[in-house]
Amino acid sequence: MLEVNDLHVSVEGNEILKGLTLTINAGEVHAIMGPNGAGKSTLSAVIAGKEGYEVTQGSILYDGRDVLEMEIEERAQAGLLLGFQYPVEIPGVKNIYLLKAALNAQRAAQGKGEIPAPEFMKLIKEKIANMKMDASFLQRAVNEGFSGGEKKRNEILQMLVLQPRLAMLDEIDSGLDIDAMRVVSDGVNSLRSEERAILLVTHYQRLLDFVVPDFVHVLVDGRIVKSGNAELARELEANGYEGIEESVA
Amino acid sequence: MATEEMEQLVRREYKDGFVTDIESDTLPPGLDEDTIAFISRKKGEPEWMLEWRLDAYQQWLKMKEPSWAHLDYPPIDYQEISYFSAPKRPEDRPQSLDEVDPKLLETYEKLGIPLHERAALAGVAVDAVFDSESVITTFKKELGEAGVIFCSISEAVQEYPELVKAYLGTVVPKNDNYFAALNSAVFTDGSFVFVPKGVKCPMELSTYFRINAENTGQFERTLIVCESGAEVSYLEGCTAPQRDENQLHAAVVELVALDDAYIKYSTVQNWYPGDENGVGGIYNFVTKRGDCRGERSRISWTQVETGSAITWKYPSCMLRGKDSIGEFYSVAVTGGRQQADTGTKMVHIGEGTRSTIISKGISSGNSNQSYRGLVKIGPRAKGARNYTECDSLLIGDTCGAHTYPYQEIGNSTSTLEHEATTSKIGEDQLFYCQSRGISEEDAVSMIVNGFCKDVFQELPMEFAVEAEALLNVTLEGAVG
Repeated sequence: MLEVNDLHVSVEGNEILKGLTLTINAGEVHAIMGPNGAGKSTLSAVIAGKEGYEVTQGSILYDGRDVLEMEIEERAQAGLLLGFQYPVEIPGVKNIYLLKAALNAQRAAQGKGEIPAPEFMKLIKEKIANMKMDASFLQRAVNEGFSGGEKKRNEILQMLVLQPRLAMLDEIDSGLDIDAMRVVSDGVNSLRSEERAILLVTHYQRLLDFVVPDFVHVLVDGRIVKSGNAELARELEANGYEGIEESVA
Repeated sequence: MATEEMEQLVRREYKDGFVTDIESDTLPPGLDEDTIAFISRKKGEPEWMLEWRLDAYQQWLKMKEPSWAHLDYPPIDYQEISYFSAPKRPEDRPQSLDEVDPKLLETYEKLGIPLHERAALAGVAVDAVFDSESVITTFKKELGEAGVIFCSISEAVQEYPELVKAYLGTVVPKNDNYFAALNSAVFTDGSFVFVPKGVKCPMELSTYFRINAENTGQFERTLIVCESGAEVSYLEGCTAPQRDENQLHAAVVELVALDDAYIKYSTVQNWYPGDENGVGGIYNFVTKRGDCRGERSRISWTQVETGSAITWKYPSCMLRGKDSIGEFYSVAVTGGRQQADTGTKMVHIGEGTRSTIISKGISSGNSNQSYRGLVKIGPRAKGARNYTECDSLLIGDTCGAHTYPYQEIGNSTSTLEHEATTSKIGEDQLFYCQSRGISEEDAVSMIVNGFCKDVFQELPMEFAVEAEALLNVTLEGAVG
């Protein structure tokens, strides 16, 4: 589904990713772990199309399409969706309005008409219940005045509504208490399917107890230095990143 | 062929007959006492009105054009302006929509303006009587039954001279400022509204419904009076882009609210802003002031300003009556080379007076916008309260936003809150929406509409929907 090949990315002249290669197939859950500053968030940001990142070498293919040639919204419409570490607030724009606009944009790209209001309400009610969110969230402005945990739930709510083919979750576990962690992980797990893939970016192993990945990659200094299964995450938890860095060096 | 020639011939004869009549009605450029006497005579005004005008003119001569605003425009030659022009002859106007700038029509389409109104707005020579006349008659009847007077100011001077005399110039004195003095001397049209004691006006009043709304001209004068316990909601302007031959507009609006009266005044201003270089746009110098004369009276200004090359406008409230309330909700959008210096004045005179100011400025392109607000609390205004919020949103990096808040506080029991933010339309916000699959253009409109929501919700329902559409059309292509 997604092929990242020898990806080099610079931000303001500093090379952050230095030849990253990664293949993700449908049905798989991948976790990218690594110390701060290793370039974890850069990878998902580049795939989603955030400005300010310069790809100097390498390629990203999604179902054979050159992702770097696609507009930001096109990527999302095609099913590449990024869950933010720090979701922004958009004052005055109701959550439900954003959800509807996003869903309709996706449908338009698929040649479908706008979703009928009753169908939309039914869908939203179901998903919001899954995320154990109060219906009043829908009428509030996007992320405005939300607590850290509420923002993260909101990100997953959007995923549940938009049903991406590749969900990229950037540090979705940061700032969550244990109850919120359960709800968020349940949400992520409900996305798991044969047709879909998930890419988790995380600093801590904790999330991976709840969402057990098929593959774990350790990212150090812009490169994947080690890949393995869920067991690798536990090793990291026990020995820290330094152990890995040393063994690589 | 033969018939067509015939028709041309007939038309020409008609035209010739018409011209002589009209030309005597149009003044050459220039301003002196004769000009004013001419206007007054044309309007069939009584002697006192002429004297009032001449007095204003004498005061204007002694005044200087203000230069403190953050505006830059070439000097205006007041002798180059024609102060009275009769309506454009039908044959000088576009004869059908086919002759109208297609871009303008496209905008009407986007704004959802009904077909029959488009022609009138574009200045097409439609037969004078259009469909809505019967509607207007019905409205007039309903207003009459309620005892509400709603007519042109010229008509009011003749029909209700005592009311006009009692209130005209009592809120905005003749010598209030340069542009108000000029307006007082030469005003040619505007509206008059009088809502008697205890009457709640049965409908929203709009200049649009006035039969003579066309060619309201550059020096409009509006006077609205609500007696004790009366209420009215007045809508001014139109979301459709309006063209006008007159470059300088200097209107005066006076509102008077007696005990427990409530006046809600909403404006959507979309005058021609000029071309990409700002050439040909309207200069809009307006004095708008409401006088909360009675106890517990309330005056609320809501404005959506998107047009004009130059805007100089500060709708204000004089809070005289005990516990009276003044409100100002504003959205100003500038693009291209537009310049706007706008804001409000809340003058707290009476005890327990309250005011709210919410101002949202959106600048794009090479435009420049300033918010200028004064909150003045007099020594007798014990327990007065003000809340001010002014937010600016910048789109791109070649535009400017400035905030000039002034506060003068004359006692120690008052409470003032002031919040101000300036933000660039968040690249993060844009990216967030786009990464949800929403196009950049839709994302901008979504973010901007969200930014303006506090003000839009103050607009009457229909107006709010139009204002949103207007904002989207105005901001098209502002990004990227």
